[in-house]
Amino acid sequence: MYVSPVREPLISGEKSYTKVTEDIYAPMTGKPGKAWYAGLTLALLALMFGMFSIFVTVWDGIGTWGLDRTIGWGWGITNFVWWVGIGHAGTFISAILLLFRQKWRTSINRSAEAMTIFAVMCAGLFPLIHMGRLPLGFFIFPYPNTRDVWVNFNSPLLWDVFAISTYLTVSVLFWYMGLIPDIGTIRDKLVPGIKKKIYGFLSFGWTGSARHWARHESMSLILAGLAAPLVLSVHTIVSFDFATSVIPGWHTTIFPPYFVSGAVFSGFAMVLTLMIITRKAINLEDYITKTHLESMNKIIIATGSIVGIAYITELFIAWYSGVVYEQYAFVNRAFGPYWWAYWIMMTCNVITPQLFWIKKIRRSFAATFVISIFVNIGMWFERFVIIVTSLHRDFLPSSWSMYTPTWVEVGIYVGTFGLFFTLFFLFIRFFPVIAIAEVKSVLKTSAEKFIKKGK
Amino acid sequence: MQEKTYVSGYFPDDKDLIVAIKELQEKNVAITDVRTPFPVHGLDTVLKMRRSRLPRAGFIAGVIGCAIGFGFQAWVFTEAWPLNFGGKPFMSVPSFIPVTFELTVLFAAFALVFGFLMRSNLGPGSDNIIFDEEVTNDRFQILLEADGNADSLQESLQSVGALGVQLHEVKS
Repeated sequence: MYVSPVREPLISGEKSYTKVTEDIYAPMTGKPGKAWYAGLTLALLALMFGMFSIFVTVWDGIGTWGLDRTIGWGWGITNFVWWVGIGHAGTFISAILLLFRQKWRTSINRSAEAMTIFAVMCAGLFPLIHMGRLPLGFFIFPYPNTRDVWVNFNSPLLWDVFAISTYLTVSVLFWYMGLIPDIGTIRDKLVPGIKKKIYGFLSFGWTGSARHWARHESMSLILAGLAAPLVLSVHTIVSFDFATSVIPGWHTTIFPPYFVSGAVFSGFAMVLTLMIITRKAINLEDYITKTHLESMNKIIIATGSIVGIAYITELFIAWYSGVVYEQYAFVNRAFGPYWWAYWIMMTCNVITPQLFWIKKIRRSFAATFVISIFVNIGMWFERFVIIVTSLHRDFLPSSWSMYTPTWVEVGIYVGTFGLFFTLFFLFIRFFPVIAIAEVKSVLKTSAEKFIKKGK
Repeated sequence: MQEKTYVSGYFPDDKDLIVAIKELQEKNVAITDVRTPFPVHGLDTVLKMRRSRLPRAGFIAGVIGCAIGFGFQAWVFTEAWPLNFGGKPFMSVPSFIPVTFELTVLFAAFALVFGFLMRSNLGPGSDNIIFDEEVTNDRFQILLEADGNADSLQESLQSVGALGVQLHEVKS
């Protein structure tokens, strides 16, 4: 087996196959700690507050939000785009990095994919809620009806429905197919009883047969090949929601690549924020090492720099186009009433991630944790800037307006955090957080035990 | 009720497994199944497995999804309810691309996943027999179906260095 003389081991701590199983199974056994209960309670409280806010929106109407006739999209769509963006890391890691044969993905792909699914679930709520009347969501599906009309397939908002529901479905399939061998491992570790029966049911009768593995591999590879353009298509289509309109600041051809790299950027930041805590909380330090951190930070710096270039290109093109409305929109972004949002975005997305050029910083868990939170904040403000500052100066100065969210909008946002973390806490308790079989398959070429032997 | 007899043995390492399989094949022992905790590369060639036809199934389903997606949109906008958008053509192909692409991927993904599950007899409530619960942990198991020759099979497994050689009787 080829062992690289230069690369650092991906899995430290001289692991054997059994040790891998035990380490990843350990957090699922015994009583969960106090921190887990506290976290879950907090998440559930946030979720309930969010549900109450949604109730208020539906009961009293969309008038409970801070929107007006000028600013029709506020926090609702900002949060939608933000959550969809976060949902880009998981499938990027498991599909695109699989196609590029990046072995370090094996330690993080499972949890990143789970985060993807949860984030897309949070995102999917907003388009429904912001209609104000939930049953209207029914009209976006093309179904034969008594009025004999179909949906408008020329609308990017409809493409969004198809893109996001396909993305969620394919991500769930991909994630669960990767999960069944590991659920099989958990099933075989359990003593006979009700729990073993449940995991047995969920494992779909996995045996580990060579024929199954061969098919599983061929399926995973092609699913990855399909999921890779799918990831890119989702945020491209989300960006069409803006780019195909005629609002200065939105009507930009640069949007698709700019949104996709921004999405991967923010997704990786969220995965880093959570994994840095999780690895400590459930003792996975040997599996998620500084090498993983460095690899992820390199992707952060690449995508972050693309986002930075996109910001500057937008400014240049606004000047170069000679369109006064476009020029005003961008000057207003930087120096108008929402200047603070623009400069938070610039600082958090363009400046702080550049610190990762320094090796010490990109290999430090503490520094990465702080910068990843900055990125999360910055990317939220990016969407806020694009949506609110482009809208608040209407074509008619008499319609100019300012936007402040009400507690109801904030409540719904808090509620999606509650949903995300509730699901995440349940996931780390009841499912293997790391892809056991995949880690075992890279052990011989990338684990400390074998690399030492190789020398 | 038919009774089937299986003989199994395991190896702690995948390299030993492949060597042992080759030795068994030289002795003309038919290998029923090999079970491993993770995909072992090279096993498919050693076991002379046929290449999976899943990619083909995925491709065909993708083509169907593509045709349905494009055909439906084209039908809606030219036949069922042509809408005039500022004098633009009814058959506006570029704006059909996103939905067509998503349906292509969706159909292909479903075909791949369900094809995999059905061909492998996996799924909720599947009753595949697990001979050794350590296989999903760290054992690389060879499984041989005995036809009255269980003793000789056990011997040949032991001779290639398999550990924990056992007899399993299964009612099916």
